[in-house]
Amino acid sequence: MANENQSVSFQEKMEKNIWLLLILLALSLSVGGLVEIVPLFTMKSTMEHNAAPELVWQRQAGQTLHDHKPGDGMRPYTALELAGRDIYLREGCYTCHSQMVRPFRDEKERYGHYSLASESMYDHPFQWGSKRTGPDFARLGNKYSDDWHRKHLRAPRSVVPESVMPNYPWLKDNSVEGKDMAARFSVMRLIGVPYTDEDIASANAEMAGKTEEDAMVAYLQVLGTMAKLDENKVYRE
Amino acid sequence: MDAAAEQKYNFAVVRWFTVMATVYLVVGALVGVYIAAELAWPFLNFDLPYITFGRLRPLHTNAVIFAFGGCALMATSFYSVQRTCGVKLWSDKLAWFVFLGWNLIIVSAVITLPLGITSGKEYAELEWPIDLAIAVVWLAYSFNFIMTLATRKSSHIYVSNWFFLGMMVMITYLHVVNSLAIPVDLFRSYSVFSGVQDAMVQWWWGHNAVGFYLTAGFLGIMYYFVPKQAGRPVYSYRLSVIHFWALMFGYVWLGAHHLQYTALPDWTGSLGAAVSLAMIIPSWGGAVNGMMTLSGAWDKLRTDYILRFMIMSLAFYAMSTFEGPVMSLKTVNALSHYTDWTVGHVHSGALGWVAMVAIGAIYHMMMRTFHTEMWSLKLINAHFWTATIGAVIYVVAMWVSGIMQGLMWRAYDEYGTLAYTFAESVEAMHPYYAMRAVGGAIFLLGAVMMLINVLMTVMKASSEGSLQQARTAAATA
Repeated sequence: MANENQSVSFQEKMEKNIWLLLILLALSLSVGGLVEIVPLFTMKSTMEHNAAPELVWQRQAGQTLHDHKPGDGMRPYTALELAGRDIYLREGCYTCHSQMVRPFRDEKERYGHYSLASESMYDHPFQWGSKRTGPDFARLGNKYSDDWHRKHLRAPRSVVPESVMPNYPWLKDNSVEGKDMAARFSVMRLIGVPYTDEDIASANAEMAGKTEEDAMVAYLQVLGTMAKLDENKVYRE
Repeated sequence: MDAAAEQKYNFAVVRWFTVMATVYLVVGALVGVYIAAELAWPFLNFDLPYITFGRLRPLHTNAVIFAFGGCALMATSFYSVQRTCGVKLWSDKLAWFVFLGWNLIIVSAVITLPLGITSGKEYAELEWPIDLAIAVVWLAYSFNFIMTLATRKSSHIYVSNWFFLGMMVMITYLHVVNSLAIPVDLFRSYSVFSGVQDAMVQWWWGHNAVGFYLTAGFLGIMYYFVPKQAGRPVYSYRLSVIHFWALMFGYVWLGAHHLQYTALPDWTGSLGAAVSLAMIIPSWGGAVNGMMTLSGAWDKLRTDYILRFMIMSLAFYAMSTFEGPVMSLKTVNALSHYTDWTVGHVHSGALGWVAMVAIGAIYHMMMRTFHTEMWSLKLINAHFWTATIGAVIYVVAMWVSGIMQGLMWRAYDEYGTLAYTFAESVEAMHPYYAMRAVGGAIFLLGAVMMLINVLMTVMKASSEGSLQQARTAAATA
């Protein structure tokens, strides 16, 4: 194997030349990431709404986020929902709850239709999670009443005795009034979430009189309800 | 006492990193035991926002990975690069900047994470100003290391340094790309990626933090400290070349196996899983190379407690790099994903491999940089057994609870409906969560023994004047 001799001598060259070793390392370390990540941005099949445009809300001029009805398709979060989502991040909910239903019979029966990529298209950052110490949230919206959520957030074991979740009593006491949601909307728009000037202008007013608990419940209740999925349609091969 | 080495090299920064690594091992493990106990006995959250599981869990992962792991890596790489190159660190000032910078980053993590200041990306929770600081300090660290190699006296670059280099390049890529975010204010930013792309970028980072920071970097530790402690050369040079390049090229692909059956396109997850399976070979190449370095000197395990740590770490490494590819198989992943099995797998790697090889290296460096024996050898042996037993209890608890969870979630009764509610699966976990907390506490006990031993050795070196002597004695070698 002449090849082997050659490669050993090349190895030797690298062992003596730090810059050559660095360049070779930089090249071999970049291949895997490029192959796996770049196509996700370019291949149309990655996002289901390219083939099924009804998954995304087609907003008419003049419509506000509140004109959206459940099932109309994916839309940006309202100011209150986004504030709730930020609290969800702050409290590290993703360390115990996933938001990603897998295409298995038991998950379908326990949680609902499997999750689509398009359903988290406006999620900066994604919150799919990696661990289910508690149940999945991808289809949580409208499963329980607002009242149930409030009770559960304040004292989880009062409604689910087996729960190991912490109590979150401070959510009801903390106001979200005065939070600069317009600034958060503006950043979201910058990175591709289609907020309109009107959305941004009205964002802060929406927070009047609201608590962190209100925001959290608003977020939890919208999860999985924006788009209506067709049981008989194959979204992913 | 090695006065020549003390005067030739910069051991002062190594000493500081070594002691701080020990401190952070205790801190990281303590937070880990506490949050493990919170899952078993939720009253421990005490309705205080700052100590809830959700806020402390990122603190635990950051403390063990970046504080303990980082200080261990910086201590060992700065120590071994000087010894293998026969030159002092390229810049002392830069080395101290790295020490201070890294520790300030750790302090800022300890403050911000319990306050809930987080980017919400697992294993990369720190907010953008800290991310920027990490980039600067990391580049300073890498630059100093590279320039030390560039000014070396030896003709070849020793194998441990290849691994450290690979880690430095890859972590720079990963940290920069995964942390791309637009700030809203000083304490909040949003990832520029969303949904599926963000998930892939995040797990590309997530798995390679394991693959490069906690594997390649710690293999660098293994390649210097195992042969040194055993007093024997590395078993096979050829094996080290092959498994090095296979690891560098291959490990990068694995992140996608964290997203199988999710909304990530199937091709990506399957590709990640296929490469994962192939990675058994280079991983075991490293484990074999480390263990066989002892061939002909196995009797040393009877008397050398530090070597015990290193060999046990390689055994755990071999075990968890077999377990990992198995878990990336689609059928196994369908069961194991989202369960405690993943947590168990991570900890067999973290407690068994990463911590133990670093602990061995820390004891080794303590004696050589403080120029004295450890305060208590018996305590090292006691530490070895508590660490091993603690890790085994932890991992076994998570295997049982993880597989049980997975099976309960998919179980059907005779009527064809789901046999268990989710809450029932939570209830069934209680004994294993308690057992995990106990295993973790035993491991923590060992870490405390180590901290005592390390601090007493520092005091011993000072009262004996061994360090002072090494600094001033006429160099003999």
